[in-house]
Amino acid sequence: MTKVSMKVNGKPVSGEIEGRTLLVSFLRDTLGLTGTHVGCDTSQCGACVVHVDGKAVKSCTMFAAEAEGCEVTTIEGMANADGSLSTIQQAFQDHHGLQCGFCTPGMVMSAAALLAETPKPTEAEVRHYLEGNICRCTGYHNIVKAILAASGQDVGDIGGDAIAAE
Amino acid sequence: MPKDHGIGASSKRREDKRFLTGKGRYTDDINLPGQAHAWFVRSQVAHGRLTGVDTSAAEAMPGVLRVFTGADFEGVGGLPCGWLVTDRFGQPMQEPGHPVLARGKVRHVGDPVAVVVAETAEQARDAAEAVEVEIDELPAVLDMKAALDPDAPLVHDELKNNLCYDWGFVEENRAAVDAAFETAAHVTTLDLVNQRLVPNAMEPRVALGDFNPATEDSTLYTTSQNPHVIRLLMGAFVLGIPEHKLRVIAPDVGGGFGSKIFHYAEEAFCTFAAKQLKRPVKWTCTRSEAFISDAHGRDHVTRIELALDAEGHFQALRTETHANMGAYLSTFAPSIPTWLHGTLMAGNYKTPLIYVNVKAVFTNTVPVDAYRGAGRPEATYQLERVIDKAAREMGIDPVEIRRRNFITEFPYATPVAVEYDTGDYNATLDKLLEIADVAGFEARLADSKSRGMLRGLGLNCYIEACGIAPSQLVGQLGARAGLYESATVRVNATGGLVVMTGSHSHGQGHETTFAQVVADMIGIGEDMVEIVHGDTANTPMGMGTYGSRSLAVGGSAMVRATNKIIAKAKKIAAHLMEAAPEDIELKDGRFSVAGTDKSVAWGDVTLAAYVPHNYPLEDIEPGLEETAFYDPNNFTYPAGVYACEVEVDPDTGKVTVCSFAAADDFGNIVNPMIVSGQVHGGIAQGVGQALLEAASYDDYGQLLSGSYMDYAMPRADDVPFYRVDHSCATPCTHNPLGVKGCGEAGAIGSPPAVVNAVVDALQRAGHTGVTHIDMPLTPSRVWAAMQG
Amino acid sequence: MYAFEIDRPTTLDAAVTALGQEEAQALGGGQTLIPALKQRLASPARLVSLTGIDELKGICVADDGALCIGAATSHATVAAEAAATYPALADLAAHIGDPAVRNRGTIGGSLANNDPSACYPAAVLASGATIRTNTREIAADDYFEGMFATALEEGEIITEIRFPVPEQAAYVKFAQPASRFALVGVFIARFGDGVRVAVTGASEDGVFRWTEAEAALSDDFRPEAVAGLSVDPEGMIGDLHGSPEYRAHLIRVLTGRAVAAA
Repeated sequence: MTKVSMKVNGKPVSGEIEGRTLLVSFLRDTLGLTGTHVGCDTSQCGACVVHVDGKAVKSCTMFAAEAEGCEVTTIEGMANADGSLSTIQQAFQDHHGLQCGFCTPGMVMSAAALLAETPKPTEAEVRHYLEGNICRCTGYHNIVKAILAASGQDVGDIGGDAIAAE
Repeated sequence: MPKDHGIGASSKRREDKRFLTGKGRYTDDINLPGQAHAWFVRSQVAHGRLTGVDTSAAEAMPGVLRVFTGADFEGVGGLPCGWLVTDRFGQPMQEPGHPVLARGKVRHVGDPVAVVVAETAEQARDAAEAVEVEIDELPAVLDMKAALDPDAPLVHDELKNNLCYDWGFVEENRAAVDAAFETAAHVTTLDLVNQRLVPNAMEPRVALGDFNPATEDSTLYTTSQNPHVIRLLMGAFVLGIPEHKLRVIAPDVGGGFGSKIFHYAEEAFCTFAAKQLKRPVKWTCTRSEAFISDAHGRDHVTRIELALDAEGHFQALRTETHANMGAYLSTFAPSIPTWLHGTLMAGNYKTPLIYVNVKAVFTNTVPVDAYRGAGRPEATYQLERVIDKAAREMGIDPVEIRRRNFITEFPYATPVAVEYDTGDYNATLDKLLEIADVAGFEARLADSKSRGMLRGLGLNCYIEACGIAPSQLVGQLGARAGLYESATVRVNATGGLVVMTGSHSHGQGHETTFAQVVADMIGIGEDMVEIVHGDTANTPMGMGTYGSRSLAVGGSAMVRATNKIIAKAKKIAAHLMEAAPEDIELKDGRFSVAGTDKSVAWGDVTLAAYVPHNYPLEDIEPGLEETAFYDPNNFTYPAGVYACEVEVDPDTGKVTVCSFAAADDFGNIVNPMIVSGQVHGGIAQGVGQALLEAASYDDYGQLLSGSYMDYAMPRADDVPFYRVDHSCATPCTHNPLGVKGCGEAGAIGSPPAVVNAVVDALQRAGHTGVTHIDMPLTPSRVWAAMQG
Repeated sequence: MYAFEIDRPTTLDAAVTALGQEEAQALGGGQTLIPALKQRLASPARLVSLTGIDELKGICVADDGALCIGAATSHATVAAEAAATYPALADLAAHIGDPAVRNRGTIGGSLANNDPSACYPAAVLASGATIRTNTREIAADDYFEGMFATALEEGEIITEIRFPVPEQAAYVKFAQPASRFALVGVFIARFGDGVRVAVTGASEDGVFRWTEAEAALSDDFRPEAVAGLSVDPEGMIGDLHGSPEYRAHLIRVLTGRAVAAA
């Protein structure tokens, strides 16, 4: 066992880990931050995406030891300071961009990373960026729509379901 | 103007905040003090005699508490099957045992042989490698038709062959159907495969068993769509725990799609082991393990024949299907290819004569059971593919041939034993043609051609039987359970309500939609209604969520209970206003006396119910809490028309879905936003089946597509925005909300549209020999088809 | 995963020393190795992480115009920082895996692993790049030795890859639908003295040069030049996602597309 220290959602944390302890296990099991999920074991589903030093990474494909000294942001750190939903989170609710909620934390983290890089992405850019985030519920329609809306773009006439979104 | 609250409003989901902030509570998020961890040792071969399991080395490993084998489950029941199908000779299906841990033989890769329970999950997995399993490998039974060869090895030695049942439906019609084929002007025949799929809810299964030695109560936390059903099956049939000593909790569940209906060995194991070890025992499935332990879906091989007259009117339909059961009978497996499949073979059409034959077969593969749509996608796919082929052969427009055969009078009794209560298929088709802009196809075709791409348009209709199910009917058909639903509505003194429902939400948004219904009925704010589900200790008996049944059946129970509340509240209001109960009206949360200006608020009445100072105690009990059960008297019949446009790259065979449109008739709609979302998700799963997904076994019974490296899940860039419409509503005639259910439609209706579109594209490009390609239409398959 | 220790050296020398220990294995970005460890397909006693070594990171242009990429440079960094110098290479990097994978995965890790469906080997081979290690330089033509096999010795660490920058280049990938790895990927690089064509994803022997296409394109750098060529399906990979014939066919199609895109 070795000790690891990092900042998670702005707070300094530390804990005892094994070499094989994944970052996601440290977050979930040691810190109790269970918003980050594990949906596969081949690094493809993206339910575990967090930000490490501002970059989206799959926390199931990084050892906790490798995050020594890093700034980690998880879904628990994404809401506004007053607890209200951030623009991206609010857009997911407004446009029904989630159903079972399991992939949602990873989707929100990836969306945040995308909009940080590309503030006004096209539909194709959003879809391509989500290549590493699998959702089984939504058919992606409302996820893509929510991200476009969060970027400030008009999504009113997408899919003929303007009524549904209002 | 769209409504802003109550029934018909796109209320935002109250569930979302917890999911969006990482505060959901899924089963794997729950950890109990003293919890131990289980790791399953699974067969790595498809078929073999289990000659020995040596656990001694594993038991000596660090952290190991105990290693369980099949011998520990002597005297414990097996996993039960919930449906008995009677074959066409009047005999019951062959029903083999399904032990919690394998005994005597292993029957598929992934069959659990032993379980290590240790202090940590990694220790359990480390020790699992030290369990020595000796297996004398036997030839694997994989191909369904070969499995029925008299010389085929037996999956279950105690059965006379590998045939579960040979089902004929309707057997009495067989001769008449055959005769119609003899005289038909045209017969179209199609051989097709509805391939095996892996449901792949994003949350892998988890089970956490707990036992209280002082009270002898067992608790199971599990990723289930129906905790009461698990309590019933596991308590009564496997572990012998009476229901009052067993609590099953299914908290937030990350998708199900059918795969979390069934009672699985891991649930029984964790409950059993917790009692043995006097410690909580948790099992968390990995995705790789899910591929070989979650029930799979589909896996039908079918020949379908359609007899038509010279004008394209359907005269008769005949099918022969081999349906894979896998190695054991999963909870509802026998019902899927029979009562959820054969009964839908009329589709939207007035075909007078239908005969469906299904041979269900045991093989050395993972058990197969319901996956979104369950039997109905298989029926729709066959029917809508053969109709398209017939239209092409006869030179009739595919839209026209469907119109020519539509059922237009309702109620309509099909020749396959169901009665459609209502529908308007022409209206839905017209709507589809409009939203899909079918009129503009030629221009888009020209554009595709200019870019060197092949373009095709495919469409199809579907109908499904949902709102599962009338108990007396399904009882006659072999169901070993009732399929009602229940709800308890508890009104608090200050006017807020808690609705406890047996339905379970794992993405469907019941906490929002159910509240909309009750709030609307009473005329109060949705925020005054709380929905509780997923815990057998604080909800009434329920059958759970699947088969697009929650609102149609569970919602109806809730409406009934709410009506009982309103009736009682009116009596209380009448007493308060010194009027007759029959003169009391409830509107916008106020009770008034008809024809007067006298009224009392909802909250005044609820307070009176709990502070009964001025109260008719001699006539009615204090309090305001009611329970109702609802058992439907028919299925519901959502129906619709879907269209897909594709481009095919002639050089690579890659198919791109350019557009997808869905016009559905779901009857009345409570929350249009959520309904659209359900359709979107279903379409993506259907597109996934049509183009991407397949569970493929090699000749030794190894699953080749055993992870997301080889099992292609639809991703965001595999699909377009969809255009969906549900304005052509013909309300269900037999449930109080007039709702039909929307959960499965997308997955049922979309695969044939995609395949029809690809075949259309190839035909238009001159590949006239290509009349069918089996799903998934991968680039390599489409390319091979174009090579002739 | 089996248990192991992790070292996080900050210098190359310390990494070399650490890798000299019993059953030690280098850990790049881990995007391939960690999934393999989860499946218990590898059992190192010690992993030596290379991502904390600054001297292995970064991109620069050498005096001879070659693009030099530190082995521990992430795909995302290559995608962003190589775009001006070697756009085809940057484009290749921008389409490996997904954004989260690109933030962790490294060029050195990809090359050391030499997955038969990886993208980078095609760029390295087609560019005639040089692989520098802590002990020597290896020409691309000598480096790749078949599926998951390279010329690297035990304990040898890739430090930098030097890419001569071609006059024209393009990479076209046809993705395997599930993994999104290359079912077939073709990298074309046109230099003053000829054209090099490298193919990944297709062959049972890993990345290879399609010499017939190189000859044809060196004479006539147009898609039509390869239209009449064909690849022998013998030795091509056949699996769930495509037969050897299909892969052989795709090589020609994608080569033509790469020429058009270059």
